[in-house]
Amino acid sequence: MSDDYEIVIGLEVHVQLLTESKLFCGCSTRFGAEPNTQTCPTCTGMPGTLPVMTRRAFELGLRTALAIDCQISPFTKWDRKQYYYPDLPKGYQISQFDLPFSHDGGLDIRDPKGRFAPKRIGIIRAHLEEDAGKSMHDEQAGEADSRIDLNRTGTPLLEIVSQPDMRSPAEARAYLDELKLLLVYLGVSDCNMQEGSLRVDANINLHLTGENGEKIATPIVEIKNMNSFRAVERALEYEAIRQYQVWQETGQRLGDVPKQTRGWDDAANLTRGQRHKEESSDYRYFPDPDLVPVRVSPEQIEIVRRALGELPAALRARLIGAYGITEYDADVIVNQGRDVVSYYVELAEACSDGKMASNWVQQDVLRTLKEQTITIDAYPVRPAQLAELLGKIRGGEIDTTRAREVLAQMLTSGKGVAETMSALGIVRVDESELIELCQQLLASNPKVVAEVKAGKVQAAGALIGQAKKLNPNANPARVREICMELIAKS
Amino acid sequence: MSLSREQVEKVSLLARLQLSESELIAMTAQLDAIVGYVEQLAEVDTEQVEPMAHAIELSNVFREDRARPSVDRGEILANAPHADGQFYLVPAVLGD
Amino acid sequence: MSLTDLSASQILAELNARRFTAVEVTQAYVERIERHDPAIGALLRYDAETALATARGIDDRRQAGQPVGLLAGLPVSVKDLLCSQGDLATCGSRMLEHFRAPYDSTVVARLKRADAVLLGRTNLDEFAMGGSTENSALQKTRNPWDVTRAPGGSSGGSAACVAARLTPLSIGTDTGGSIRQPAGLCGITGMKPTYGRVSRYGLVAFASSLDQAGPMATSAADAALLLEAIAGHDPCDSTSIDAPVPSYSQTVTQPLAGLTLGLAREHFGPGLDSEVERAVREAIAVYESLGAKVKEISLPHSKYSVATYYIIAPSEASSNLARYDGVHYGHRTDERAMLAELAAERQKLEAARDTAGLNRLDSPLVRLYRRSRAEGFGAEVKRRIMLGAYALSSGYYDAYYLKALKVRRLIRQDFDSAFQSVDLIAGPVTAAPAFKLGENVNDPLAMYLLDLYTVGANLAGIPGISIPCGLSAAGLPIGLQLQAPPLEEDRLLRAAHMFQQATDWHMRRPNLP
Repeated sequence: MSDDYEIVIGLEVHVQLLTESKLFCGCSTRFGAEPNTQTCPTCTGMPGTLPVMTRRAFELGLRTALAIDCQISPFTKWDRKQYYYPDLPKGYQISQFDLPFSHDGGLDIRDPKGRFAPKRIGIIRAHLEEDAGKSMHDEQAGEADSRIDLNRTGTPLLEIVSQPDMRSPAEARAYLDELKLLLVYLGVSDCNMQEGSLRVDANINLHLTGENGEKIATPIVEIKNMNSFRAVERALEYEAIRQYQVWQETGQRLGDVPKQTRGWDDAANLTRGQRHKEESSDYRYFPDPDLVPVRVSPEQIEIVRRALGELPAALRARLIGAYGITEYDADVIVNQGRDVVSYYVELAEACSDGKMASNWVQQDVLRTLKEQTITIDAYPVRPAQLAELLGKIRGGEIDTTRAREVLAQMLTSGKGVAETMSALGIVRVDESELIELCQQLLASNPKVVAEVKAGKVQAAGALIGQAKKLNPNANPARVREICMELIAKS
Repeated sequence: MSLSREQVEKVSLLARLQLSESELIAMTAQLDAIVGYVEQLAEVDTEQVEPMAHAIELSNVFREDRARPSVDRGEILANAPHADGQFYLVPAVLGD
Repeated sequence: MSLTDLSASQILAELNARRFTAVEVTQAYVERIERHDPAIGALLRYDAETALATARGIDDRRQAGQPVGLLAGLPVSVKDLLCSQGDLATCGSRMLEHFRAPYDSTVVARLKRADAVLLGRTNLDEFAMGGSTENSALQKTRNPWDVTRAPGGSSGGSAACVAARLTPLSIGTDTGGSIRQPAGLCGITGMKPTYGRVSRYGLVAFASSLDQAGPMATSAADAALLLEAIAGHDPCDSTSIDAPVPSYSQTVTQPLAGLTLGLAREHFGPGLDSEVERAVREAIAVYESLGAKVKEISLPHSKYSVATYYIIAPSEASSNLARYDGVHYGHRTDERAMLAELAAERQKLEAARDTAGLNRLDSPLVRLYRRSRAEGFGAEVKRRIMLGAYALSSGYYDAYYLKALKVRRLIRQDFDSAFQSVDLIAGPVTAAPAFKLGENVNDPLAMYLLDLYTVGANLAGIPGISIPCGLSAAGLPIGLQLQAPPLEEDRLLRAAHMFQQATDWHMRRPNLP
């Protein structure tokens, strides 16, 4: 970006865990219900109610923490984070303060486009907490009441806090993409940002070198309200420039001013300062007496670790190593999720050409999935069938263009390769038949023959066009070869 | 250590209590006396002692992840001082 | 002898023998409430009609030979701190004066399952904070033995109710002595079970790591019956102990052989009223006459228990009571008046060009919270919320809260090592008999110091029972406290019953006005 400063970014990601019920009560976590219809005395904080933790939320948290290489605490407890807000009915959020269940992990990121070298982003901690409800404000009316919906209150969240290890918005984006991919692979979250299943807050400041060569850090700013990864990137880009301007104007360093929170305004493409009261940061954390600690044994950790399955980084490496595809291709396939990877692997194994399989998956299969907005399990052509088709190409029985026609037909008819080929009148043309065809062509095109002989090789293209008309099944490449040979001999 | 009026005022905001002038004066004196009394704990040697947040040593208490029907909205909102049948209502909370 | 002179166990025997009906029993107690409660004020509400309907149902089932619950037909009153579906749960507070619980607490659900006749709801110190029931925002309760005196608290309504035989059984809660102390001051039997023995689900929290509901009755045998009905594991309470519940009502009559009582020398120090000391020592002599051995022990950290308690309990309370903010339920200030107040303050600050003051001025939402809470809570509740918020606030946590948690462990360890050599610890419940109404209201610290003998059991999580063991010269009851290791309620009840077989202090009754 600029030689003048280094951007330092840390991210806090909140992920909604895929549980059926809320973290501390049996209310459903389903998105989109009528306001205040997914609540009960417990999640609305009625007097006398008590929380009992959903085992699955803890298990999903554990899965995730292990996948991002975190240390698992043998002993963890639950704390109350106290603040007043109408969407927080108990007046405190149950979270984890000084003994999170996991800490000190990391996530490797790299950029297939090569904008930055591969690196590891440290993870400070991942902890479980409950979500708050939703406050809706009528911006127009100003003085009108705010409306509170507690459906989301008590939904299990995993908060993943990174080290300030990212040095550009592109790295931040790569971290988020990789993290999201991992979470989806783990099956712990649907990561739907529109529904609030994944939320990102960013901490950013600049590191500069002073006139005397001393290291200078500018004040850290927390950015909120970013509702897409693209918005995170843009907000960070904007904020770096803004902070550099502020630095030039004020010379403020880290510690000179209290930490500021700014909200991203996507439409206006800028961040705005948010009001901050000094006392509001005194959360008076203390252990929640209503919940008991959790102890996790090394054996339990091993069981969860073994059940993680092959994760994106390992999958990419395997695809590159076993099937000889590029990092870029491996990235595209792995990004599609576990089912597409399985499809690819089956196809590559069956047709013994990883590169060809990769091309067909990317250019044909994925395009169809996108056009028809279906998932791979709804894709009508199974890997074995597609491999059979690719085998025909490799065997010279059919050219790529014809093969695409066959595939298109198979998608709608649901029939096999051979059946579809014969339905389309595609039959293997004998070599003798081809030679006969070529001889016929040369005889009726003396002008072309003369041109080719004179060295204008491209003139042969006209012959191939005619050959296709005479016999659609003729392999154009072979036609060209035979014609050239015959012309040379003549 | 003695408790100042300013500290008590600050805590009253933290605790979201509005105290009148006379309550503030009385509260400062009373809290000061109580805090003075509890400060005797400083004399106990707790160097090697683990904190005890629970009266019993239980751990790993969970429930299974099963959703059950929620409570009727009317019943939940029945106790709300101000609601519109769908939402709880509060004065505009912009910026708080 | 009238029906209400009988103990709950005796009434139950009569009911089971069909010598009288639940309706007759309920009617008899309703009449007593009507006659005596106006002068005592033990009950906040009672519902004769519903109670009689319940009683009728139980009679029908008993008549038809169908199975009935453990308490079938016995009137029970419940401290107004435990939720009962569709009923008010005021907690003695303006804040929840109109709050109707949409669910049953586990204790109430178990009482219903045991076919108890839920007759009324008893008064208490607001949110169970206090030791005299004078902190109730709703009503004054008087000690049946002397109506110029406090019944103790916070379960003062339940204690007075049972002492006056307005119901034979009552449910109280005990966070720092709130069952045992009023039981002692009103001359009845009251037990705080082991923390986790009785579910806290639906018990409106004061200090979650200390709160425990328990039985209040006229005798150990009756307390055993009531405890048996409400004790046991509850999946809705993460801190509930998953251990089988003995049949307390069956075992209570079995005497304990070879009992060793521990006398903590810290319990007989300065400040103990001489009449109380004499009564307690006489009670211990009774045990000796029954074959018990007595051993002096020490609880060296007990002198710190009040200080420890008054950090931990208010800290938890400040958090537990944060939910009363006038948004989701409970009292909410008049919004128009609140906005007018803010506007006036703003005007004044603007006129004085006080920028700092303007910056500090509450937003409407913050003022809504602060006014609602200021109006909804009484002085003692505010004091404890303030104390707790202070103890947990940034910069003080380690010195107060964390320190208190560590001393708490030392207090528990004192009990653990004492129970290595004794079966029970015996001593006074309170330093003196019932005090005059209004005597301590202006000195909160003096009031807190009265909890000296009782808070230890809450901090340690162990069970304790208070039984009547004498009367002062002024005719006021004196209580004996017995404490046992965790989950040894059975031992406590049997020891208490042994004493009550040998003495008749639990049979003494106040002359009601």
